[in-house]
Amino acid sequence: MRIGIISDVHANALALEACLAALERLDAGRIVILGDVVGYGPDPESVTQRVAGLVSQGAICLMGNHDAAAVGARASMNGTAAAAIAWTKPRLSDGSRHFLASLPLTAELEDVLFVHADASNPAGWNYVLDAATAMQSLLAVKARVTFVGHVHRPQVYCLTATAKVIAHTPVTGTAVPLSPQRQWLAVAGAVGQPRDGNPAASFMTYDTAARELTFHRATYDYEATAQRIRDAGLPERLAERLITGI
Amino acid sequence: MAKSRLETGAVLDGFTIGQLIHRGGMASLWEVTQADDPTPCLMKIPVLQEGEDPAAIVSFEMEQMIMPRLRGPHVPRHIANGDFAVQPYIVMERLAGETLLPQIDHVPMPAEKVAAIGAGLADAVEALHRQGVIHLDIKPSNIMFRPTGETVLIDYGLAHHRGLPDLLQEEFRLPYGTAPYMAPEQVMGIRSDPRSDIFAIGCLMYFFATGVRPFGDPQKLKGLKQRLWRDPVPPRKLKPDLPPWFQEIVLRCLEVKAGRRYPTPAQLAHDLRNPDQVQLTARAGKLAKDGFFAVLKRKGEPPRSLIDRPPEREAEASDAPIVAAAINLDDMTPDLADKLRRTLLRILERSPDARLAVLNVLKLNRIAMDQTLDEQGNNKHVQRLVELKDWARPMKVAQGRVTFHVLEAFDPAESILDYARVNNVDHIVMGARANSTMRKILGGVSGKVAAEAPCSVTVVRNRDTES
Repeated sequence: MRIGIISDVHANALALEACLAALERLDAGRIVILGDVVGYGPDPESVTQRVAGLVSQGAICLMGNHDAAAVGARASMNGTAAAAIAWTKPRLSDGSRHFLASLPLTAELEDVLFVHADASNPAGWNYVLDAATAMQSLLAVKARVTFVGHVHRPQVYCLTATAKVIAHTPVTGTAVPLSPQRQWLAVAGAVGQPRDGNPAASFMTYDTAARELTFHRATYDYEATAQRIRDAGLPERLAERLITGI
Repeated sequence: MAKSRLETGAVLDGFTIGQLIHRGGMASLWEVTQADDPTPCLMKIPVLQEGEDPAAIVSFEMEQMIMPRLRGPHVPRHIANGDFAVQPYIVMERLAGETLLPQIDHVPMPAEKVAAIGAGLADAVEALHRQGVIHLDIKPSNIMFRPTGETVLIDYGLAHHRGLPDLLQEEFRLPYGTAPYMAPEQVMGIRSDPRSDIFAIGCLMYFFATGVRPFGDPQKLKGLKQRLWRDPVPPRKLKPDLPPWFQEIVLRCLEVKAGRRYPTPAQLAHDLRNPDQVQLTARAGKLAKDGFFAVLKRKGEPPRSLIDRPPEREAEASDAPIVAAAINLDDMTPDLADKLRRTLLRILERSPDARLAVLNVLKLNRIAMDQTLDEQGNNKHVQRLVELKDWARPMKVAQGRVTFHVLEAFDPAESILDYARVNNVDHIVMGARANSTMRKILGGVSGKVAAEAPCSVTVVRNRDTES
């Protein structure tokens, strides 16, 4: 089975649609969303409804820290993120709030674990930023392959036979075989707010039979989303970074 | 884990095990066949024992990852991988013949023969680098040949793939490679510089031409590190009849700083195939090792400062194209010539490591016997070469970056295409035929080249002359 994995949609409807269209072309049989459906972006209600629709058709969606904050959880966030959450809250319908509040922190499919942030403490929302934090996640789980989001920059980590962690920056379109005799952790790029210097929406596919992971990019009209952010009166920084991808 | 107890006649995943061909320290090789295909294949099975160096396992894993992703005549065709949970193996095409290893009984060899081996080897390494793979273990026992002549690189157990996690990267303390051929940066644990393979080709050519290994065969890290500061005896000191061009090429490959070597194997191959065009520097005339104080000074420096950092991005590594300018001297207006030169300069300015090959086709006559000398008794070939150099002179391209070639052929387009194929040319720049009536009747050379070239083609045309 080919799983399409997307993360950090952040209320960016155009980016989400671009990824879903690409996943359909790639023949993904199952969709997993690693959380942060809302926050930062201009389309919280329509994106939440779209994701809820996918879940009703069998997709898996996890809770991210922005989703938790949008439904009232206490959160420590920077000013821009907090401002966006304050803007988001009144724009969610009751149905969307219920949907977001009901999302799980983790999900499993066979030997694969999905979680939004550091797997050793999913509700702590810590970032898997480097080999040391990846090691912490890898040692805490039994799964052979763990997928996380939260960081917005694609990265692959692997726990070696000598208990060291190797970091690999994936190349778009090049399948990485995840050999079964070692443990892997893949950090998804972001759909709705990439921070690796490329503004195109980032997503992954994972072939469970071949055990091959591929990172993809789908470009979309990020200038239009940026303009909607400005029109909504959200912080200018959120519009700018969609265009620069940083 | 897996057991590597196999015997002739057994069937594994549809492969019938034939004869044991070789049993080595790291792996054994068996001849196998598939039910629906009588073509013999090769099955490589790693030696996995308790307490074995984990590097052997990781290296086999890397080979299983990299081999299925390689294409073309310079690698053995990959057929299947065996699961580590059951029995790890790799099945690949079985190449006829033997490796280059037995040839070491016949060294030293003449420079021309070594240059031919080196050029074929550089072609194979170029093909690998273009697929994002650095071999990192180039040595005679990993080199084979197809009946059609292509050099084939085998054994990808130490290779590095740009798009895949490098499991050997930080795993083990000792550097991986084969002592006589390992580049200085490889000794320092760097596995991501494609130019490490160029160093290994240089070691091999040095050894085959002199009969002596340039850095010996040290078995300890301390001995391996010597090559960072101790330069080898110049080949011509060992074998005075070696030509200066050969020493120039070999010592350039053996530069400690990767940035001073050839930027790509294609450029190395081009020099090996055009010895008369090799730009000779102080390297060519060197007849003694560096002096005591120079070596002492280098030895005192931190090793990291003696080597170059690997290129950070693939784009930097490969931005050393071979550009071929096909110049038709008989049919070129000054305007078009100027425009062609400006186009070439723009390309050369963007890629400081680019090489320019200026070509002219001396058309042979199909019917009459060709005269090498014209009416005045001048050699046509030499005359064309002089004219080509004069044509390129206004560009003021540094010597050593530009070479000139007169190709003698019946079909100009075909000879340009052939040159591009043989020399791994990345970009052909040529003028459109000025006379449009002629073009209609004869068909454009540029049209055929553009349609069939293995690389990019820029056809330069002067708007004013087209009416």
